[in-house]
Amino acid sequence: MATLIRLAESFFTEMGRFAMMLWRVLMWTPRPPYDWRQLFQQMQRVGVQSIPVVALTALFTGMVMALQSYRVLVRFSAEGYVGSLVGVSMVRELACVLGALMVAGRCGSAMGAELGTMRVTEQIDALEVLATDPIHYLVVPRVWATALMLPLLIAMADAVGIYGGYVVAVLMMGANPVTYASNSFQFMELNDLTSGLIKAAVFGLLIAVIGCQKGFYTRGGAAGVGRSTTQAVVLGSIAVLIADFFLTKVLF
Amino acid sequence: MSSSTAPPKIRLREIRKAFASKVVLDGVDLAIEEGESLVIIGGSGTGKSVLLKHIIGLMKPDRGTVTVDGTDLSTLGYREITGFRRRFGMAFQEGALFDSMTVAQNIAFPLERARRFDRSAVRKRVDECLGLVRLDGAEEKMPSELSGGMRRRVGFARAIALKPAILLFDEPTSGLDPVMTALLDEVILDLQRTLESTTVTITHDMTSAFRIADRIAMLHRGKIIAIGTPKELKADTDPRLLQFLEGRAEGPLSE
Repeated sequence: MATLIRLAESFFTEMGRFAMMLWRVLMWTPRPPYDWRQLFQQMQRVGVQSIPVVALTALFTGMVMALQSYRVLVRFSAEGYVGSLVGVSMVRELACVLGALMVAGRCGSAMGAELGTMRVTEQIDALEVLATDPIHYLVVPRVWATALMLPLLIAMADAVGIYGGYVVAVLMMGANPVTYASNSFQFMELNDLTSGLIKAAVFGLLIAVIGCQKGFYTRGGAAGVGRSTTQAVVLGSIAVLIADFFLTKVLF
Repeated sequence: MSSSTAPPKIRLREIRKAFASKVVLDGVDLAIEEGESLVIIGGSGTGKSVLLKHIIGLMKPDRGTVTVDGTDLSTLGYREITGFRRRFGMAFQEGALFDSMTVAQNIAFPLERARRFDRSAVRKRVDECLGLVRLDGAEEKMPSELSGGMRRRVGFARAIALKPAILLFDEPTSGLDPVMTALLDEVILDLQRTLESTTVTITHDMTSAFRIADRIAMLHRGKIIAIGTPKELKADTDPRLLQFLEGRAEGPLSE
């Protein structure tokens, strides 16, 4: 019982911290000066530099999906629908969730560590002393860069994943390339695609706000930075998974 | 130093600050005159840095007021205090340089954020500031390539870029060799002379305290227990001050 109360308490503490940080980001976003250089730099880091990791994840997920669904579908002679199954599952669910988890590991942790180090070396205090709001300067560009770039990354991941399924089905299972390709998109609706991309944008927001929040309020030297980095990844990933359930329920 | 009738540049009244149950500042009263160099001494962990952060408004007192140029900092809104801080320059303990930027970019940062200078003016001021801290030619170095003493001097240069009326130094010489310490003391004196700024320095290095101070204040257990010119302090007989000045392990401070 006591553990349960403590668990609930820490859950609501984290929710509160998240809400406070999100609120401050929203308050500062419309205020000049607009720091485009910082925004583009972060978009480059979160978006462009995550391409290999996210593409690799999507490629193998698509390939495994094709293998698995073929083994099952062949039992009731429905192997012709492997393409449809891979396509829809990638676009609706797998690309955005697995992609977001990779980005949480790659960028959420980086934000926790970078801002955490800036905190413990007094660089964040220095920003304030130099008449610059650290939320405005550091957090706002990171949050919007991630929320903008994650949907683009996921759109790419969708394509790569479907291609991965195609390669496995055609080369290893001997599926007909033309039927497989047409099957892939036969049952796909526009809603499948957009819901996945909307989810990706929300995941991006979650990952960046949590990562920055953890880094920003780091205490206690190098050990504190380590703790922030871990928490940024763990909480970011959990937030993605929980949000995924509720978003899926609302969007479909 | 200005005449004693002028209002003090910085006035701290009854400042009290506690973290959880630990009282760090317990009723600090301090008046800092315009143009003077005040050095605050005291043992490690006596709240010297916390006091400095109150002067610049990075921390808010639980009780008491901080008045700068006649303005009570607690009456300033969040955006006002950000602008108000342009009157200050603060040099942090380890420099606190932005490690993703070059030396020149670090020093240019406050100038660019102030949006009052064109590119050539920024460039010129960066060179001037680097000259003042005797680091000409280090523009393109990254903070990680610098020694501890150089990093602090770049921190000084960044702090003075906007020619602030008040300069704060947080342990500028701790952990440096005596030669570097003497050099940094000279730089501080130089800066104070050229900018005519009010300077508050925190240190536990007595040699450099006597070198740069117009007045010295000693902080102990959250209170100012002695304040005066270096001469006055040397004549003071407070046993706690004597122990600190003489650097003895035994005495009232160790209890």
